[in-house]
Amino acid sequence: MTATLSEPDLERHFEGTIARDARIEPRDWVPEGYRKTMIRQIAQHAHSEIIGMQPEGNWITRAPSLRRKAILLAKVQDEAGHGLYLYSAAETLGADRAELTEKLVTGRQKYSSIFNYPTLNFADVGVIGWLVDGAAICNQVPLCRSSYGPYARAMIRICKEESFHQRQGYELLMTMMKGTEQQRRMVQDATDRWWWPSLMMFGPPDADSPNTAQSMAWKIKRHTNDELRQRFVDMTVPQAEALGVTLPDPELRWNPERGHYDFGEIDWTEFKRVLSGAGPCNAERVAHRRAAHENGAWVREAAAAHAAKSRRGREKAA
Amino acid sequence: MSSEWPLYEVFVRGKRGLNHVHVGSLHAADDEMALHHARDLYTRRNEGVSIWVVKAADITASSPDEKDPFFAPSGDKVYRHPTFYDIPDDVPHM
Ligand SMILES: [Fe+2]
Ligand SMILES: [Fe+2]
Repeated sequence: MTATLSEPDLERHFEGTIARDARIEPRDWVPEGYRKTMIRQIAQHAHSEIIGMQPEGNWITRAPSLRRKAILLAKVQDEAGHGLYLYSAAETLGADRAELTEKLVTGRQKYSSIFNYPTLNFADVGVIGWLVDGAAICNQVPLCRSSYGPYARAMIRICKEESFHQRQGYELLMTMMKGTEQQRRMVQDATDRWWWPSLMMFGPPDADSPNTAQSMAWKIKRHTNDELRQRFVDMTVPQAEALGVTLPDPELRWNPERGHYDFGEIDWTEFKRVLSGAGPCNAERVAHRRAAHENGAWVREAAAAHAAKSRRGREKAA
Repeated sequence: MSSEWPLYEVFVRGKRGLNHVHVGSLHAADDEMALHHARDLYTRRNEGVSIWVVKAADITASSPDEKDPFFAPSGDKVYRHPTFYDIPDDVPHM
């Protein structure tokens, strides 16, 4: 039916849908650039959720209590779920899931730079929940209004679950802060290590983010990287005060004229270095994901063989 | 690769009295595995009392666009909606 429309007509119709703030749905005609950008964004987001299981998964067997272990298991399981919701959304645009996994394990598609840092002590689990999931929430809440329907719906589901992630992390840290001097030092140490990488999660500064304008026009993105980063800083400073930790930035202070906190310069060379593969854990993260994928091959093959055999059995009986 | 699992669409009834609603998709080797995966993936927090799974390849769908001529037969029948009819405010229970 729509096949009879000319390309400019289809393009106008697509732009009109975006302008009305209506959602683009699977099987709608979209410009090739929109499809490509959307698939890349969703896939990178999915990969981040999947790789994001590793830093915290590292502590599941060493959680200090059964309560913390059950919580951490549930959280890591949620991250797997987030990855799967997102791969599912990418598939509605014609992406192939096996191919996306292939691109991840061969390093041809990226994931968030934050997961290339190591988790050195159990306070890291708390700080990840507080800062990393906190930053993810900041990024993701506006994406619940993304122009691509399946992505926006996946984000709504994810945001509901992220709130548990952030709160369990903050509660863990509050518990440690009420503990021994050594435990308080662990929390401060983890905060020192994760603060700057968390700020990098919002991506390069606006001046250095050439795709932002197009993404905003397509309503794939609702705010710029710097806007979201500022929002995160403003939200987090009072949380740090309530917790009793110091954020590792001597330039961090309230600016009454701007109505925001000023903060120091981010080390963008480190960001680029980690993103390009030279972070402390890049090789380990990808190798681990690849091994899990390869070691699971026989399970996938056996299940497929079993399904084929029972299908043949049923056809014979019929 | 022959070991690739087919895509299933997942529908969940949130609670008694509601319709099943599409929530997403997943891959599984067969129908039973699809149900189990759907439970683990889409109802980790009691989001549903009943799940349907169906192979994506078995779904026949119209184009999603409301402007599509496919939906034209219902577009011009405003009399199918209750607001089409003027009823005085003082008539109760209408
Ligand atoms: Fe997540
Ligand atoms: Fe999370």
